[in-house]
Amino acid sequence: MTTRRLFLGACAGLALAPTLAALPRRPVRVGLTPIFLGNQHGLLADWRAYMEAKLQQPVVFVQRNSYRETMDLLRLEQIDFAWICDYPFVYLRKQVRLLAVPLFKGRPYYRAYFIVPAGRRDVTSLLDLRNEIFAYADPYSNTGYLTPRYQLRQLGEDPGKFFKRTFFTYSHLSLIEAVADGLADGGSVDSYVWDALSKIRGDITGRTRIVSQSPEYGFPPFVANHAVSAGSFQAMQKMLLTMADDGAGKVLLERLDFDGFVVGDARNYELVARMMREFGEE
Amino acid sequence: MPLRSLFNLSFRYKIPLWGSALIVTTAVITSTALFIHSYDDVKRDMLRNATSQGQILAKTLVPVLLQDHVWQAYEIINAPLHGASRENAIQADTLLVLDAQRQVYVSTRPRRLPMLADFARRSGEYALVAASIAKLGDETSVIAPAASDYLYVATPIMDEQTRLGTLIQIYAKKILWPRIIASAGQLSWVVLLVLAVLLPINWYWGQRTAMPLLRLTERMEQLGHGLPDELPAKIYDYEDELGRLFQAYNRTLQQLREKALIEGEIIHSERLVAIGRLAAGIAHEINNPLLGMLTSINTLRHHGAPDARTSKTLTLLERGLTQITETVAALLVEAKVNSRDFAPQDIDDVQTLIAPQANKRRVAVAWTAALSEPVPLPSTLVRQVMINLILNAVQASEEGGGVEAAVALSGSVLQFEVVNGGRSLSDSQTEHLFEPFTNAGENGRGLGLWVCYQIVKQLGGAIAVDSAMAAGAGRTRFEVTLPFAAR
Repeated sequence: MTTRRLFLGACAGLALAPTLAALPRRPVRVGLTPIFLGNQHGLLADWRAYMEAKLQQPVVFVQRNSYRETMDLLRLEQIDFAWICDYPFVYLRKQVRLLAVPLFKGRPYYRAYFIVPAGRRDVTSLLDLRNEIFAYADPYSNTGYLTPRYQLRQLGEDPGKFFKRTFFTYSHLSLIEAVADGLADGGSVDSYVWDALSKIRGDITGRTRIVSQSPEYGFPPFVANHAVSAGSFQAMQKMLLTMADDGAGKVLLERLDFDGFVVGDARNYELVARMMREFGEE
Repeated sequence: MPLRSLFNLSFRYKIPLWGSALIVTTAVITSTALFIHSYDDVKRDMLRNATSQGQILAKTLVPVLLQDHVWQAYEIINAPLHGASRENAIQADTLLVLDAQRQVYVSTRPRRLPMLADFARRSGEYALVAASIAKLGDETSVIAPAASDYLYVATPIMDEQTRLGTLIQIYAKKILWPRIIASAGQLSWVVLLVLAVLLPINWYWGQRTAMPLLRLTERMEQLGHGLPDELPAKIYDYEDELGRLFQAYNRTLQQLREKALIEGEIIHSERLVAIGRLAAGIAHEINNPLLGMLTSINTLRHHGAPDARTSKTLTLLERGLTQITETVAALLVEAKVNSRDFAPQDIDDVQTLIAPQANKRRVAVAWTAALSEPVPLPSTLVRQVMINLILNAVQASEEGGGVEAAVALSGSVLQFEVVNGGRSLSDSQTEHLFEPFTNAGENGRGLGLWVCYQIVKQLGGAIAVDSAMAAGAGRTRFEVTLPFAAR
């Protein structure tokens, strides 16, 4: 098993925030789906410290093993903000507000890569994997679940019967490993994760081959619980949008492989909504 | 036959070789036994670890299988292969989980054993393993197909009484070897150390035993051709059988030497006796006709009135016959002569008599005479012996050399000794020294020593000679002992 120490960039010293005793008592709770961040404790700790310094408020990161759990926490107002996949965002559109969207390669978009083991030269489309084993990332992942199923549906296949066997890895990193090891004959993965991994663990991504890429989707956004106050919302949004403007923020963005944050546009997620409608889910 | 030639080897090699062979054989057998023991140990150890690991993994896999988390199951079975302490742990080659239908649920080698593959149909060996698994109870069991390079440790994955599947850990037998070789490595050092100590000791002991035997054998083989040397006691100075054999050999050799010495003397003296008897017989036989012939010549001369020519012939005949008579007389030593006792003045006479000869060769004769009164021995004969020996010594000496003569009394034995330098006598000269005519030379007929010997023997005495080279010069010594009856 490969270690999942992604994003281990140069770590700049962060000006640590004032002590927590001086901060308001109630912490800001930020939920993180395991879309991008596996076990990035160092990066998360630095980012949390940065947020606390900027917000003058304690920050708690809440991580769960599946998208579903984070979504539940949002619905139940157990967390104030969350960084979620585009699919859960559309799913929870009525209960959450778009806060900010990361800029990946300068734009707030990403894609799904359809990958197979590097040795499978015969595969040119999803259709070549009929009756084989396919790995999904998470039932609430767009690129790791919704996209391949949607594509099959578009090709006139029933995604529920097309493969001999499917399984969830609940992480895009694991999905890449499953395909690289040959456990699965194919999978669909977040382009952001695959690209980031290829920079630091080319030996893993090298054992996979990208067969095709999906159209662009709006990048997984930061959202706010609808119960969050306007002040908190603005403070958090401002903090994210100005990260690229100060040194410590820039270093963190580099480690996250982002160029910055933008306000975002809910219309960017229309395509996902359409795909969901195809499955009668919206 | 090679085997026979092995047995024909010298003890010098055979004893150490046999010893070494025994030591090496023992070492090999012991090592093999320990090696097998070590193999069993390592294998048991591996299976014990595999069993406990299998049981832990099987427990962990229960909820994962219930929730059908393939990826988590994959991570769980991969964990032992990538866990810590990779150094010494014996790792499984492959781990896999079979579902209740004995299809591959997940394996650590998905390419070889992909999900949903029918395990039993992947290979003949797997079919055997699958058959064993079907009969498996609730316990972990080890399946070792005959002639297989792998061991299979199968653990049922049980949720209460329901069997969810089976965990199989596949171990390559060859992974045992590094461990076994490591422990055998230590073992072989000990064995080598033991061999390094024992083999030289064995070699030394073998040599120590064989060398005395070799020396003894060499000498025993020489026995047929002559008398060999004695064995030096230091070669083997112990009281065991070998030591006693040495002693016995040396004793026997001593006896043989003495016997040979006695035999030599007997033969020598017997020969001289025989020659003496022969000479006496011939002398007697010749003497009678000789006397007759001489008498006849005499008669013819006085009564036959021979003419001048005949007279001359008669004279010639008479001279020749007289010479024969003298020779025969010299040969026939007659000791039974009436003679006065040997007295001190006889020694003076002898000195006087030999002086001209000695002077002629410029040889100094040094006398040591300790005789104060006559001894009851016939003076004529004793004088003759003395003169003969001294003249011989003078002849044998180099010009300008010296001769020592000594006369002494020792109880009722008269001792006379003559020593001269010059060349020493050879062995063959010594052996035939006292025989007539053997030493005939420019100055005599070679009867001098013969006469001496006959006289001494007839007087009941002994005559001995020893001659040797010492410091580049020869030294020859005659010793005569003549016993006499004390008055």
